[in-house]
Amino acid sequence: MIAHEFAYERPTTLEEATRVLTEHSGSVRLLAGGTDLVAWLRDDAVAPDLVVDIKAIPGLDTIELDGDELHVGSLVTFTDLIESEVVAEHAPLLIEMAETVASPGIRNRATMVGNICSAVPSCDAGPVLMAYDTTVHLIGPGGARSVSIDDWFIGLRETACSDDEVVTHLTLALRPHGGVYVKLMRYGGEDLAQAAVGIVEYPGHEYRVAFGAVAPTPIRAHRIEEVLRGKPLGEEVIADAVALVRDEISPITDMRATAEYRARMCEVMLERGLAASHERLEGAGPAYGTRLI
Amino acid sequence: MELSLNVNNEEWALDVAPADVLLDVLRERVGTKSPKIGCERGDCGSCTILIDGRSVRSCLVLAVEAEGHEITTVEGIGADHLSELQNLFISNNSFQCGFCAPGIVLSATELLARNPSPSRHDVQEALSGNLCRCTGYEPIIEAVLAAGERNEEVSA
Ligand code: FES
Ligand code: FES
Repeated sequence: MIAHEFAYERPTTLEEATRVLTEHSGSVRLLAGGTDLVAWLRDDAVAPDLVVDIKAIPGLDTIELDGDELHVGSLVTFTDLIESEVVAEHAPLLIEMAETVASPGIRNRATMVGNICSAVPSCDAGPVLMAYDTTVHLIGPGGARSVSIDDWFIGLRETACSDDEVVTHLTLALRPHGGVYVKLMRYGGEDLAQAAVGIVEYPGHEYRVAFGAVAPTPIRAHRIEEVLRGKPLGEEVIADAVALVRDEISPITDMRATAEYRARMCEVMLERGLAASHERLEGAGPAYGTRLI
Repeated sequence: MELSLNVNNEEWALDVAPADVLLDVLRERVGTKSPKIGCERGDCGSCTILIDGRSVRSCLVLAVEAEGHEITTVEGIGADHLSELQNLFISNNSFQCGFCAPGIVLSATELLARNPSPSRHDVQEALSGNLCRCTGYEPIIEAVLAAGERNEEVSA
């Protein structure tokens, strides 16, 4: 049971949605899959006056390849990603990530955009979208704008999206690549990440590294990327990168893991993940979806 | 709010509040008691229903979101006679207390509809969000695998 009352709107166009959001002066929450929002409503973690369901707005549920860009609409669920041939071919890391998100009953409903809008530290999509140089597109009263995923996460459950804006879609910049999403959890099914890393290697020894669940938000590891830049991967280079892990992350101890365990595992995951990304870039290595830890 | 709900091919017109959760509306207003109230936070799978053929946790859905969609519960699946899968659950002794059963039957039904002869891994993955406190899962997995084998025989 949800203890407090709220109003509910189901706009059928983006214009209507932004109008409802701007006209409403109290607190508002957008509803897509609802797997976070309904749980938060029940816990009284959020208590909006109005819930705006965006599921009746057409056009937000598509995955589209446009040259070297992949557009993923804000209503695309984790199951949609897993079942998409376009995603499997061009952005396989999205599937490797999506398959670790909870279980089918959640993935059938939860959207990837909702995942980054909820912006919890263990957000699975964050590190992978950072590795894919993603842009978030929003629409608000002032028109459309876009934000780099690197500037998206402001703090715990806080993003660059303001109260009167709606995310329409994400754009991923596609290049040939090899990548991994390595997620540490106690068991499959419903557990959240204890620590996670998304890694992509692009041709020309260009790397992206981003961590999840070891800081208040998903974080891009710029120092590690810097030390790797332009260098072919070898034992020494990987060791230099691994030595920087503890400077990049700020893990905490909670019921899922201790800070020390998280930090140590991030080192292991980076070491194995870099090696696997490189093998995948060369067309070899473990198939996407294979667990590295 | 006015809500028209299709549950197991039956139309319902209900007056609900936006804060009403689908699980509660199904149990208390429609009278379908097979979705169970477990954790009420998406962790256990005992409230699983199918919406348009997809397994969904009804404790995480507002009733108003279901407008225009088709809901299936175990009452719908076993309406005339038990499904093949349900019979296999019985013959494999797949349940003890049975609290998890409706959710597991529906998750497995979704799996078999999309993937008629699943591997053990497929079955484990499909049921990974359904907790069972009694059986240790093995008899459940065996029953779903057996259903898959029958599907294979039929199509062979
Ligand atoms: S009651 Fe819905 S998942 Fe537990
Ligand atoms: S049979 Fe008791 S919970 Fe599964």
